[in-house]
Amino acid sequence: MNEITTRGYAHPEVLVSTEWVAAHLTDPSVRLVESNEDTLLYASGHLPGAVHVDWTADLNDPLRRDYIERQGFERLMSRIGVTPDTTVVFYGDRNNWWACYAFWVFQLFGHVRAAVMDGGRVKWEQEGRPLTREVPAYPPTSYTARERDDRTDRAFRDEVLAHVRAGGQLVDVRSPDEFSGARLHMPDYPNEGALRGGHIPGARSVPWARAVDPADGTFKPAAALADIYRGEQQLDPGREVIAYCRIGERSSHTWFALKYLLGFERVRNYDGSWTEWGNAVGVPIERSPGDSSS
Amino acid sequence: MTAAPTLDAVLEMVGAVTDPADRAQVLISFADQFREVPAEVATRPFDRAHQVPQCESDAYVWAVPAADGTLRLHFAVENPSGVSARALAAILERTLSGRPAEEIARVSPDIVERLFRQNISMGKGMGLMSMVLAVQTLARRAVRERG
Repeated sequence: MNEITTRGYAHPEVLVSTEWVAAHLTDPSVRLVESNEDTLLYASGHLPGAVHVDWTADLNDPLRRDYIERQGFERLMSRIGVTPDTTVVFYGDRNNWWACYAFWVFQLFGHVRAAVMDGGRVKWEQEGRPLTREVPAYPPTSYTARERDDRTDRAFRDEVLAHVRAGGQLVDVRSPDEFSGARLHMPDYPNEGALRGGHIPGARSVPWARAVDPADGTFKPAAALADIYRGEQQLDPGREVIAYCRIGERSSHTWFALKYLLGFERVRNYDGSWTEWGNAVGVPIERSPGDSSS
Repeated sequence: MTAAPTLDAVLEMVGAVTDPADRAQVLISFADQFREVPAEVATRPFDRAHQVPQCESDAYVWAVPAADGTLRLHFAVENPSGVSARALAAILERTLSGRPAEEIARVSPDIVERLFRQNISMGKGMGLMSMVLAVQTLARRAVRERG
């Protein structure tokens, strides 16, 4: 039995093991997609047959702060040789931050044949599995996508504001110091321009990394995740939850865990996140008691 | 023995590569030449005083002064995925190590933008600039100490 299916996840089919990937490296119905923070990493060595999807160059609109539109997604899918029937398996560095982020963008276009390789690059490398610098070339496909649909999985600022006023559930997945307002950016990262520190009122602080085993980057079993999100944080899986971070990348990891692993009924990722909220005029901000830094 | 390339020469060479994929290959070729700090200079666990702040690749830098006023630069990059950090460390080590402290102190973090351009994220760019600033700080300190 696949070990992942024993962990009690609501939708275990969205997570595949490194063993599964190793057995499907040449499966034409599977396309491996590497997505990293360090854009040099893919070229320095990647899983055999994997293609590179750059979260900035491939997924973001080159001009506006937004994601690509349908035509851009179709071009991307054609370039990486994916059809609607292809199972796309994402993996990457940083415990799959960017893999989950790419997975999330793919869902905006309805590509549901998608999974994440549990543990990402770290686990693959720890297991001594092969990496290559050979860049594969796949015949371009003709892919017809639907228009990007932001309603189900994405939240915008005004929607978040209404959600706050209605007492809705929010999860802030940034570091504790970012949440408290003691700092405007995560440790070891620069301040990317937020003018105010703190968090969205009512948000629960659950740093994204609590969802993974730090030893190998794999997701914790459902019971352990439930202890955190449902037990400790009292989040109701039957009510909507909005996750946010700094630019929406860490929160896509938590969005993935809540939606697919714990089966929360409605989870959205607020990709504007703190770089929008912390700069917006007039929106409410909370700071943790005792923090007076600006 | 061939002379070490100057930093300006490397910047010019990398800058001439306009295709992002080709540029990535050039930078990776530098990362492949990365040499970790020798054991006679530092061993694990590395002294946190040498850790580069704001660098999530967990980089360390050392500047060992010589009697003639030059500095030997050494680096460690603990994050195995820190390819960009290894590339930058290799470039700094190859082009600046053994140069006078006064010259090294003039290195600007702007070189990160010139070297990496679109091959870099916002957070990583700042981390790499911190590496350059760490080198600059050590060199300035060496200049002051020579008085």
